[in-house]
Amino acid sequence: MNVQSDLDSRQVTVTVNGKQESLEVEGRTTLADMLRQEFHTQGVRVGCEHGVCGSCTILFDGEPMRACLLLAVQADGHEIKTIESMADGNKLHEIQEAFSEKHGLQCGFCTAGIILSVSELLERCPEPTDEQIYEILGGHLCRCTGYQQILQSVRLAADMLLEK
Amino acid sequence: MKPVAFKYLKPATVEEATAFLAEYGSEAKILAGGQSMMPMLSMRIARPSVLVDINEIAELTYIRAADDAVAIGSVTRQRRLGDDDLVAEQVPVLASALKCMSHPQIQNRGTVVGSICHGDPAAELPAVAIALGAELTACSQAGTRTIPVAEFYRGYYRNILEPDELVSEVNFPAMLPGCGWSVVEISRRHGDLALAGVASLVAFAGEEIDHVRIACFGLGKAAHRLVDAESLLKGQRTSSELFQEVASLVSSSVKPMDDSHASAEYRRALAAELTQRSLFEAIERAKQGAAS
Ligand SMILES: Cc1cc2nc3c(=O)[nH]c(=O)nc-3n(C[C@H](O)[C@H](O)[C@H](O)COP(=O)(O)OP(=O)(O)OC[C@H]3O[C@@H](n4cnc5c(N)ncnc54)[C@H](O)[C@@H]3O)c2cc1C
Ligand code: FES
Ligand code: FES
Repeated sequence: MNVQSDLDSRQVTVTVNGKQESLEVEGRTTLADMLRQEFHTQGVRVGCEHGVCGSCTILFDGEPMRACLLLAVQADGHEIKTIESMADGNKLHEIQEAFSEKHGLQCGFCTAGIILSVSELLERCPEPTDEQIYEILGGHLCRCTGYQQILQSVRLAADMLLEK
Repeated sequence: MKPVAFKYLKPATVEEATAFLAEYGSEAKILAGGQSMMPMLSMRIARPSVLVDINEIAELTYIRAADDAVAIGSVTRQRRLGDDDLVAEQVPVLASALKCMSHPQIQNRGTVVGSICHGDPAAELPAVAIALGAELTACSQAGTRTIPVAEFYRGYYRNILEPDELVSEVNFPAMLPGCGWSVVEISRRHGDLALAGVASLVAFAGEEIDHVRIACFGLGKAAHRLVDAESLLKGQRTSSELFQEVASLVSSSVKPMDDSHASAEYRRALAAELTQRSLFEAIERAKQGAAS
């Protein structure tokens, strides 16, 4: 049984971007806040804090989910990936290259979450139909691009990954 | 936008979870996928002093065949409805419901049972569960009981669960062979909660409608069956006059809400249109099924 005696904090062991760490967190801290404040992965954007905008999307055991709708304590024993895991040093990931090439971003607030959702889509489904791309993008709000360049970026990313 | 402080409990088994619920009663809230609960906590609409997180109860993650039914454990994520073979074969209407709902990023965490327990009047799964005649298994330290989803709701976001009860499973009866189905809705954007929606199941005996179930969402305090509309259809041959009669009956019998998203009057108009669309689609599928 796993009871927390103290209201305030609890020990968790989490793997973030391949690195395992143990730390104390308060029960009510969201995973998004823990990632930003304790792990300094500030690519986890916090927009609406209630699941609607998608900017805080991370990969939780490989699946895209809202970090603002998870508690930090729920990450105990799980593996988290943020946008910081994508590039290899100064070399951008193919999906990031494609977004840069096709102007899939302007202010960039929504971009980290979208790229993580897209990375899972392309892994599961290397040649997605437009409908499959729309389904994924539907979970993200972008106030800048009007989505067309994002769609083109995802198509290009799929081609680049297939050629790799 | 930060939750109040609470005591966080993470049971590993149903037995531990029901022990916690018995101990803390109405002070405690169950956390399943959190896709509705976390926003309520962050906005402080919910301020429980104890949170019982059921996500690590491994025994509650399953989709399995039961007697002429598909049983789904309460930690099973909504996303699985879209990729499970048993669901596709026995209750394909669930995969159609999923297509109307939210987004993959939400469905990866949100649970099937959590959506039914939450009971948003505009949610798809409660209506589909009612149309199918689904039942919930609720357990507490006192024992277990079975609750038909059709008898589960008591007004807006209210259900008949006792504070010490946990739903462990939902049981969806398999659809009849040759049964057509449909889930249709109108929402502002794809994936938003529906302004109104209708789910239907139709099976024929020869040219006549032999079995029909219609349930609506976004058209009252909770999802509910449209029994009078079903009676008009049962035993009949299909005709556009009949569908119009059914549609106007539905439109005048539902009691939709009037809110910032849509007026009650507009929702009534949607009810008539969506009833017809849903019946057409279900009948089309039933006929295709009979032909194949
Ligand atoms: C952006 C966004 C879009 C959405 N769009 C839709 C949509 O289009 N259609 C739709 O239907 N939903 C939608 N939702 C809601 C989503 O489907 C939720 O997942 C669902 O309503 C609740 O399921 P959950 O597992 O997340 O439950 P939680 O949020 O954890 O819990 C919800 C409620 O149910 C209770 N509960 C949960 N499980 C149990 C159990 N086993 N026993 C007893 N009580 C329990 C909890 O105590 C709580 O009161 C959306 C959510 C978001 C964030
Ligand atoms: S901040 Fe998490 S979805 Fe908007
Ligand atoms: S690039 Fe600005 S919100 Fe998407």
